[in-house]
Amino acid sequence: MASVSLKNVRKNYGAADIIKGVDIEIADGEFCVFVGPSGCGKSTLLRMIAGLEDISGGTLSIGDRVVNDLPPKDRSIAMVFQSYAIFPHMTVRENLAFGLTIANAPKAEKDAKVAEAARILQMEHLLERRPSQLSGGQRQRVAIGRAIVRKPGVFLFDEPLSNLDAALRVDMRMELAKLHSDLGATMVYVTHDQVEAMTLADKIVVLSAGTVQQVGSPLELYHRPANLFVAGFIGSPKMNFVEVTIDAVDASAIRISGPAMKAQTLPLTGAGQKAGDILTLGVRPHDFKPMDDGAFTGKVTLVEHLGNETIVNLALVNGQHLIVALDGDTACTVGETLTVGHPPEKAALFDQAGNRITG
Amino acid sequence: MASKFTRSNSTGWLMAGPAAVLMGLFIVLPFLFAIGLSFTNQRLISPNPTQFVGLSNYSQLLGIGLLTLEPERDDAGEILREEDGTVSYPALRGYTRNNPDYPQFDGMREWFSVSLGESRTYVLARDVVFAKAVVNTIIFVLVVAPVQGGLALVLALLINQKLRGINVFRAIYFMPVVVSIVVVSLLWRFIYDGQSGLLNNLLGALTFGAFPRIDWLGNPSTALGAIIAMSIWQAVGFHMVIWLSGLQTISPSLYEAAAIEGASKWQTFRYVTWPGLRNTAVLVLIVITMQAFALFAQIDVMTSGGPLDSTQTIVFQAVERGYGKQDISGGSTISVILFVFVLAISLLQRWLTREKK
Ligand SMILES: Nc1ncnc2c1ncn2[C@@H]1O[C@H](COP(=O)(O)OP(=O)(O)OP(=O)(O)O)[C@@H](O)[C@H]1O
Ligand SMILES: [Mg+2]
Repeated sequence: MASVSLKNVRKNYGAADIIKGVDIEIADGEFCVFVGPSGCGKSTLLRMIAGLEDISGGTLSIGDRVVNDLPPKDRSIAMVFQSYAIFPHMTVRENLAFGLTIANAPKAEKDAKVAEAARILQMEHLLERRPSQLSGGQRQRVAIGRAIVRKPGVFLFDEPLSNLDAALRVDMRMELAKLHSDLGATMVYVTHDQVEAMTLADKIVVLSAGTVQQVGSPLELYHRPANLFVAGFIGSPKMNFVEVTIDAVDASAIRISGPAMKAQTLPLTGAGQKAGDILTLGVRPHDFKPMDDGAFTGKVTLVEHLGNETIVNLALVNGQHLIVALDGDTACTVGETLTVGHPPEKAALFDQAGNRITG
Repeated sequence: MASKFTRSNSTGWLMAGPAAVLMGLFIVLPFLFAIGLSFTNQRLISPNPTQFVGLSNYSQLLGIGLLTLEPERDDAGEILREEDGTVSYPALRGYTRNNPDYPQFDGMREWFSVSLGESRTYVLARDVVFAKAVVNTIIFVLVVAPVQGGLALVLALLINQKLRGINVFRAIYFMPVVVSIVVVSLLWRFIYDGQSGLLNNLLGALTFGAFPRIDWLGNPSTALGAIIAMSIWQAVGFHMVIWLSGLQTISPSLYEAAAIEGASKWQTFRYVTWPGLRNTAVLVLIVITMQAFALFAQIDVMTSGGPLDSTQTIVFQAVERGYGKQDISGGSTISVILFVFVLAISLLQRWLTREKK
């Protein structure tokens, strides 16, 4: 069991800055997920924690030790790779026991630990097989088993489920959640799949281009995104963004309007806004409802009936499109005109720099 | 439904045709010829008609006998000695020339002999030169295959890393491979020269003249070793490249997983690198073995089989007989024997290195 702490951690390859000063605190036993678009440096950051990449600047502590210069094996970590990285010429049992074999552990200890890991992952019947005789999900289970045998303070996962098919991914996701609650170990998990992030995480770290955009619990990020990037990244379908102008503003409310939006008044907590400024209004598709006096009117261009909900693509008068998620049994046909609105408190306003200004 | 390609493959045959004809003409046909000729007494140019001689070419080449002789004794039973004190044995010639009691040794000559107590055991061969050629070739293979393969692997491991200028090393190690073996052999003749050769000068300089000058290629005890060393050096780069390609098929994440588990350098090699190279190892081993069995150019250029037959090899003998002595059936027989030999060894290697269930 161990906490992980990154202070102003940096990484550069020659002149290319990949990780640009990252501060993250991961508590003991926490399930922390790094999300972000491809190439933002998630894997690099995880590999720096593992000790597979060296750290260009800042300090990394695991438990109460600074581990910047420790080799991977001394960091009390175990890592599960996207490509599984199980040894193809060894049986499952040999794979699980690899670390113990390396350390010349007695056979009885090996057998006991392998049996324990196999029991946790329910793969006792696979122990004598070779990786080539396993399915993708079983291989990933072996990789996780090898991590369990190490009894690490911190588990590191780099997109462990992305090579699996959709159904299996859901199963394995639940298993990982169960594993976390059973073992109570600290886990750091990299993914670009926001559903994985939302369902697994105690804490999500949203990364973009080597910087932390926001750290928080899944619902915090969903309801109170710190900036346009997080607002757009978390939530599916994506949050709608509309450019608006401030008509009037006082201490507790703001009146805005836009080329394709009727004027509306929203509550406001922050200060420093003045009439005439341009802002971005963000509304989640699920917060829209059909209402006669709604702020947005447009033509329906696409309808997707998913059963539990109906996703509607609405073309506004200025050509911009809104994605609206309505009830599953809403009758709606392409070509009809639809007016939708949202509760005032469910909208977010972002300033020109992209930071959220409404409370 | 059969695909278009399997139903009508005349286009395919047409395309493969030229290559197939050439291969048939220059590889398959001569090979079949060699098998056929090995059962005859065909000569390269001869006025006499060819005769079928059965297996006599084979028995001529492979005939081997063991003869144990007791020392000669005088009437009192004392062992007779030569003037220099060595034990005196009856003349071999008495057994191998027209001795009706030992028809199986007729025409054989002494290959080598060993003393067991008082008696002396002679190993006789019908064709001593060929027997020496076989032994030399086997020694060559047994030394070159592991040493060259191992050295190539070490080089591959050394240059399989991200270092500035690593390509320079790759090029240097590979360079001897692209130079013709004949040219290399000629150059190494100068290096091995007994008087002013580079090797002698180098050893002399390193030992301040204490090291005696050696005629590396003219001395029966060093000639084969000298050729072995040069041959290993010449082709090691080629096998290094094969190992390198094998190394690069091993997923880097396996090394990372091993590093996380705390594997040492040696353990990483043993548990990750070497198992990942098993197919490459089989390939390298078989290729080196085949090439080593075909040893010819170095011998032809550097020693012509001498001195005292100490560098005779199977292929050199095949060429020497077939064309030098115009005994084309004898040369063919040697080729067929070599083929069977190499085939057997390849099968054995494949079996030994098979994937164990
Ligand atoms: N050895 C390297 N030299 C230079 N740049 C590198 C190197 N390794 C990675 N990068 C760069 O670092 C950035 C971050 O890479 P990283 O693998 O961490 O991305 P990621 O967030 O894991 O993306 P993905 O979701 O696609 O896995 C990328 O832009 C990549 O091009
Ligand atoms: Mg990645």
